[in-house]
Amino acid sequence: MALQEFAPIGAMLLFAIIVASIVLVISRIFGPHHPTFRKTAPYESGMKPIGPGTRRIPVKFYLTAVLFIIFDVEVIFFFPWAVASRELSLLGLGVIGVFTFILLVGFIYEWKKGGMEWE
Amino acid sequence: MIEINAQSIAFAILAVLTLGGGLGVVLNRNLFRGAIWLMVSLFGVAGIFVLLSAPFLAAVQVLVYIGAIAILITFAVMLTRSMTNLGERFVRRTAGIVVAVLLFFFILLGTILPVWGVDGTRYDDVSAPAENVATTRELGVALVDGNQFVLPFEVASLLLTAAMIGAIVIAREDEE
Amino acid sequence: MDCSSVVVCDLLRSGGMDPGLAMFIALLLGVVLVTTIPLVTVIFLIWVERKVAARIQDRLGPNRVGPFGLLQTFADMIKLITKENITPANADRVVYNFAPLLSVVSVVLIWAVIPFTPYHIGTDLEIGALYIVAVASLGTLAIMTAGWASNNKYALLGAFRVVAQLVSYEVPLVFALLVPIMLAGSMGMQDIVYAQAGMWFFFMVPLSAVLLFIASHAETGRGPFDLIEAESEIIAGFNIEYSGMKFGMFFAAEFIHVFTNAVLMAVFFFGGWWGPGALDAPLLALLYLGLKSAVIYFIYLWVRNTFPRVRIDQLLDLNWKFFVPLSIVNVLVVAFVLKILQELQIAVPLNASTNFLATIPMTVVLLLVNVAMTYALIAWLRNRGAKARQVDLANQHEDIVVAGAAGD
Repeated sequence: MALQEFAPIGAMLLFAIIVASIVLVISRIFGPHHPTFRKTAPYESGMKPIGPGTRRIPVKFYLTAVLFIIFDVEVIFFFPWAVASRELSLLGLGVIGVFTFILLVGFIYEWKKGGMEWE
Repeated sequence: MIEINAQSIAFAILAVLTLGGGLGVVLNRNLFRGAIWLMVSLFGVAGIFVLLSAPFLAAVQVLVYIGAIAILITFAVMLTRSMTNLGERFVRRTAGIVVAVLLFFFILLGTILPVWGVDGTRYDDVSAPAENVATTRELGVALVDGNQFVLPFEVASLLLTAAMIGAIVIAREDEE
Repeated sequence: MDCSSVVVCDLLRSGGMDPGLAMFIALLLGVVLVTTIPLVTVIFLIWVERKVAARIQDRLGPNRVGPFGLLQTFADMIKLITKENITPANADRVVYNFAPLLSVVSVVLIWAVIPFTPYHIGTDLEIGALYIVAVASLGTLAIMTAGWASNNKYALLGAFRVVAQLVSYEVPLVFALLVPIMLAGSMGMQDIVYAQAGMWFFFMVPLSAVLLFIASHAETGRGPFDLIEAESEIIAGFNIEYSGMKFGMFFAAEFIHVFTNAVLMAVFFFGGWWGPGALDAPLLALLYLGLKSAVIYFIYLWVRNTFPRVRIDQLLDLNWKFFVPLSIVNVLVVAFVLKILQELQIAVPLNASTNFLATIPMTVVLLLVNVAMTYALIAWLRNRGAKARQVDLANQHEDIVVAGAAGD
């Protein structure tokens, strides 16, 4: 049963969170706590903070993330194939070859279009 | 009648996580926090996949949805101008309620009908789930088997390529 | 779950305890143990890391607190605990405090599927390798939330850089991981170890091992890829606003992650706990795994302290234009060669993979293919480098001419 296999993981998740929380609580108890205006101000190399701390980011980060998602989904398809690859015929390899080839076309297009340049 | 065992308790916790996360997404005024609630919700869904004896899908759920889509969403949030305080509230309350009720009704219908069955046969007989559970190996064989999923498999790669090209077209549009 | 395979469970039951309760206690003990191992190991690892770094840089390293400075980490821990926890104004308090927790938990959870010995593993999932990748990707989320919740420009910029780096290098990492999965025909961690009984995968597919090594190095954000810290540019990156033990948790998570990667390298390419006599003596098996991991961990430290930092454009170029295509081609080539070997009846079936001699022909062929690929790669890179240098030289020459003309 899947539940029994995963139960230890759930228990580990709980236990790790508890241990980590305890450490944080201990440090909260033993550490001093005297927040002042200057102390809690965002660190900006000693200058007065200018503008909000969170701001818009360049689109190139977004493009990297999109590229990552596409390859992430691709690799998901590779996993079952890799597990079964010993039992498959040469045809199975051909199928995955075509799969990769189609993606490679998009990859090369992106490359040539400069989607991977970081400027 | 619902039997109280480890399975049902786990399901209850995960259902609360999933629905609570979903509520958090909808009700939160801060986009980034909404994204975090979305991850909680997706995590609950991964747990439900585990309960359904589909660990592969659970791992995929965590890897793709929490590890990748959620990252993309936070990036997208950072691309917007006012991510922390949305200006005016969306106020068409009556229309919203009507749509919500209709949607709920359709989902309910969609859930109940298959269980009832069309001709009186019940499909909720889960006494022998082991027969339906496919291993990852069987999935791999099915994906490249000419009689099974080879066409959807190749089309999926076409879809991914289209997404890749779409991304570059959108992101690089303004530079030319 | 079978009670008879767990020693503690057997012991409790023989003491007349209810089997269900005995199983529960055994499970709980196992969970506590598996979670504590990485958390305790890290205390020792920090000392090792500082000592090795010091020796490489011709220093002594910590040597005051305790013998050989062994207690230095404990002193540091006490210091971190007694430091003030400053939460910056305007920070998103809940998310801010949650991020360090998530970063530790995501690394610790990986240990659930690491096979320590033939009989000791948190849980031997059918999808072990995929589970590792999935859980590790949660760490990225921790950094993202930390950077955002701090409400600091450096933190946000640092977080975005790191996330771009981590997600990029996850692609070659996962593709490199596919090769041992393919060779073992399973994603289960124990299956992968058993499949290497006759021959370590490293000798069959060294290129994949190197790819995994580099990608996992980038995933931990150290060595030449430590843009996470980049003191000279973004001060400390995403954790700039974290102080005291909260900073300590990010710090610990990074160290555990590096060691985890070393253990994973050992499991995927160096036979894990497998060694002579490992099946009969679990302690010996644990020792083998520890030794292999320690050697690999040392190489991680060596690389970290030797190479200069790369720029972010170089980092991402290197990944998308070199590692990603290479890792995909590598998977397909290995799959192709493996298939040919199977057709020619040279490949060893999985149930006979304990036989060392039988694996030799297959290993030789795979190794030759890998060497050929590596040679072609190096030749191509050398060629490219030479061309780039020529262009540089030509540009320099022009610069000099122009400068001379301006001087007249």
